[in-house]
Amino acid sequence: MSTHAVSRSTAAGQNDEMIPRYTLGERVNHWIAALAYAYLLITGLAFWSPYLFWLAAIVGGGAVARFWHPWLGLIFSLSMFWMFGEWRCDMQADDSDCVWFKNIRYYIQNEDDKLPPVGRFNYGQKLFFWGMFYSVILLLLSGVALWYTEALPWSLRYVRYAAILIHASVALITIGLFMIHVYMSVFLEEGSLRAMIHGAVTRAWAWTFHRKWYEAVSGVSRSKQ
Amino acid sequence: MSQAATEIVRISGHAGAVPGAGLNREYQVCKLVDTTTCIGCKACEVACLEWNGYTFSETTFDNTYQTMPETSWNYWNLIKFNEHEREDGSMMLLMRKDQCMHCEDPGCLAACPADGAIVQYANGIVDFQEQHCIGCGYCITGCPFNIPKFSPAAHKVFKCTLCSDRVSQGLEPACIKACPTGCLHFGTKPEMKELAETRAQQLREHSGYPDAGVYDPPGVGGTHVIYVLHDAKNPERYGGLPKDPHIPVSVQLWKHPLKWLGNLALVGGVFGLAWHYMRYGQKKEEHLPPDDGRRV
Repeated sequence: MSTHAVSRSTAAGQNDEMIPRYTLGERVNHWIAALAYAYLLITGLAFWSPYLFWLAAIVGGGAVARFWHPWLGLIFSLSMFWMFGEWRCDMQADDSDCVWFKNIRYYIQNEDDKLPPVGRFNYGQKLFFWGMFYSVILLLLSGVALWYTEALPWSLRYVRYAAILIHASVALITIGLFMIHVYMSVFLEEGSLRAMIHGAVTRAWAWTFHRKWYEAVSGVSRSKQ
Repeated sequence: MSQAATEIVRISGHAGAVPGAGLNREYQVCKLVDTTTCIGCKACEVACLEWNGYTFSETTFDNTYQTMPETSWNYWNLIKFNEHEREDGSMMLLMRKDQCMHCEDPGCLAACPADGAIVQYANGIVDFQEQHCIGCGYCITGCPFNIPKFSPAAHKVFKCTLCSDRVSQGLEPACIKACPTGCLHFGTKPEMKELAETRAQQLREHSGYPDAGVYDPPGVGGTHVIYVLHDAKNPERYGGLPKDPHIPVSVQLWKHPLKWLGNLALVGGVFGLAWHYMRYGQKKEEHLPPDDGRRV
């Protein structure tokens, strides 16, 4: 956790002190995943409905979209697996998450002070992570079957039948997760987007939304000083 | 089909009725394949290749008359040879000309996401428009007959056109033209259906095939290619002709309930999130840590 230690006080004073939250690697990987997902979303929606087929024109037409969609899916999957390696431990649910989830209405109503203090990630973020992780596995497996759909012999046509349904259903689930994710980080929670771009959060932000994490990282800092 | 455009229904300054108008023209075309008179000569295969400008594909030998296992993107018409053992132990060669069935309710068209890549003409022909094909292969999944084939070179899917180019000019398909035994017929759907039924009845009553019948599967709304089979109760024997073909259930689920459920959820989600923002506003970092300012 040394990378998340409280940075040294600046000349501007304690209140401007920023706490590192995401390493450069985490941020770069996140934005690779984000761009890949944006492409997959645009092209996927084009294949999903005739009323959205015009979206394919944005990226060069249907045939071009069909060619690149699987490759970007591969990049998104690799990015997701990297996140799995990096965040797996931080994303494990603990006992307080159970209490948090039972009181999720306070989270929805923006009464975060009524919730138990959370660590580096809250249970909602953990659900998002694991939702995306397992979705990516299903999308990758069904996606490969759709990528080289013509290579499947007639005797294995049921693989195609399953893949087409799984790919669309799971993609819809990820779109739901994605919408909530973007809404929360861009619009709802002040400071979240800044954290994923610049990598640091204010002490107040850490205290308000991730108190256990704040205490852990500032504790490390105190022992160092 | 082509005549439909030039059929006159009203004439200016004309005394009396319009000659020929109101006649119940039948535009629905149909190819009839009588498997009981097919000799497996493959003339239809050659005619198909010639008309459509393809060269003969490499053959594979598997100890039967079968020259290649199935149709391919540049080989749209293939006789399926099946050795069938009768109950008395004698052998019977079942030969079926395999090609696109031109379903009235085409699964390829239902599954296709590309605008205009597959069309169904008023005469019943289902035609691929390769210039609009994006090569996704969903039509391969949607087809219950294993017909659309992907070209790795073109990244597009191809299949039998029922010679839509010839038919639009009043000609019959190339395969029909080449058949030496007359087992292939081409005409309107009712005419072909009637001819097929007559032939099946003849087979049942006079030729010792009590199970003879016509294959025009209702699961796909009927087809514009129909078969006369010696044994209509077991179409699978004829190179895997499905007994009750229909658009795969997963394609139907995907294109109907899932689509509407998904669209509703997506639009509902956007409105739901907007409502949340207006109702509850932003989460703000209001609290400062209690030790703030007290720390060194």
